[in-house]
Parts: sequence; C-alpha cells; structure tokens
Amino acid sequence: MNSPAPQQARPVERPLSPFMLGQYYRFQLTSVLSLMHRVTGVGLSVGSVLLVWWLVALAGGAWSYAAFSQHAGAWYGQLLLLGWSWALLYHMCNGVRHLAWDLGYGYSIPAVYRSGYLVAATSLLLTAAAWGVAYVL
Amino acid sequence: MSSKSANSQRSPLARARGYGSANEGVHTFLAERVSAVALIPLTLWFVFSVAQLPLGSYNALQHWVASPSVAVMLVLFIASLFYHSSLGVKVVIEDYVASEGIKLAALLLVKFAHAVLAAAGIFAVLKIALGN
Repeated sequence: MNSPAPQQARPVERPLSPFMLGQYYRFQLTSVLSLMHRVTGVGLSVGSVLLVWWLVALAGGAWSYAAFSQHAGAWYGQLLLLGWSWALLYHMCNGVRHLAWDLGYGYSIPAVYRSGYLVAATSLLLTAAAWGVAYVL
Repeated sequence: MSSKSANSQRSPLARARGYGSANEGVHTFLAERVSAVALIPLTLWFVFSVAQLPLGSYNALQHWVASPSVAVMLVLFIASLFYHSSLGVKVVIEDYVASEGIKLAALLLVKFAHAVLAAAGIFAVLKIALGN
C-alpha cells in the first residue's frame, strides 16, 4: 500500500452516453430496434392525445369535428397520422417479439436477427396495407 | 400465492427494514404484458377499421361510433391503451429521471394525465353511443 497517490491530472475525456452513438459505437439492428421500441412507445403515448382529441371533437358536434377534420386532412395531419400508424404497428409487432422472448423463445443470435428483420418488414407491410385500404378502397 | 415469508430467504428483520425488493414488481411486469396481449387484436381492429372510414364525414363517424359493438371495442381499446401507456411511460421516467423530487412529480403528472385522457376518451365514446 506504499504506492504514491495517483496524480490528479485532468480526467480522461471519454465519450459519454448517448454522444458516443454513431461515432465510437457501431449500431446493430438489435440495439436500433430496441431503441425504436421505446421511442415509438413514448411517441404513441403523446400521440394518444390525438386519439382523444378525435373522439372528443366528434362527441362535441359537427362544428368541433370540422375543426379537427381540417387539421387531420391537411398535409401535416396526414404526415402525423402516417407516422403514428407506423409507430403503432411497429410497437405492436416488436411487442409480439418481446412476448415471445418473455416465453423463452428466440434467444439465439440468428433468431434475434431473423425476428428483427421480420418485425421491420411486417410493420412496413401492415402500414402500407392500412393506407392502401384508406386511399384505394 | 401463499405467505411471503414461507419460502423467502430473507430474515423478518431485513423485511421490516425495507431493504431490497418489495416483491410486488411482478404485478406491474405482468400487467404490462397482459395489456399488451389485449392490445394486439384491438390495435389491428382499430387501425383497419379507421382506415376504412371517411374521416371527413361527421355523420358517418357518429353512426360508426354509435354502433354497440364498435363502442364496446373503442372503450376496450382506450382502456387497454392508456393502462399500457401509463405503465410504459412510468418505466421510462424511472430509468431516466435521477432526481427523486422531479421523478415523483413526473410520475404523478403522467399518471393523472393518463387518467384524464382515458376518462375523456371513454366519455366521448359513451356520449355518442348513448346520448344521440
């Protein structure tokens, strides 16, 4: 225990989370999908305000619904709805993946990547299907 | 579940002092997953039902919500959604907010906001379904 006290030099400047992302830390599909599950979850919680606004406006009568409808039909409203529908379907698909993990299935690395690609593709397909139904039918 | 102390490794003193797990986290864990399972069919129903609706037409939407099966599904969807959402956002706040005071305030705020939004959404559906 006779070693000299360490020099109190300037602390080493190591990259701090989350500022190391992309620069020192290479993304993987798995971590990105995990991050997106949380981001879409929080986004959906905020977006649920729009769901309630829609229903309250509808219950409030034709005039209050017209105000909602004007925003929902505008380009920014449609863009928000597109983002919200994809976030909802992505969170649902990846949620099924999480439920499978909770039951003990799909933990091998190849299986995790396979289910990851499947979730990404399925969420996009379901979103496209929903908007296809909305605009084509 | 039988008595907690029967199969616990912890001494009664450790439990009385309140150190360690309260052994009640499993409820939240399960509730988050049960609501998730409920939300799978409800979400698919909601997305593909709304996609077929003329969103600009007030009368068509009133008619749709007023249908008993739709009103029941909407109430179930709103209840499950806000329950699941409040559990999820709670975990996010617990993960990222370090200060105990701000954490408590944020948790209360989020809980109340979820309750208000769920109540408003369900009331709106019931008003359309029952009132007209």
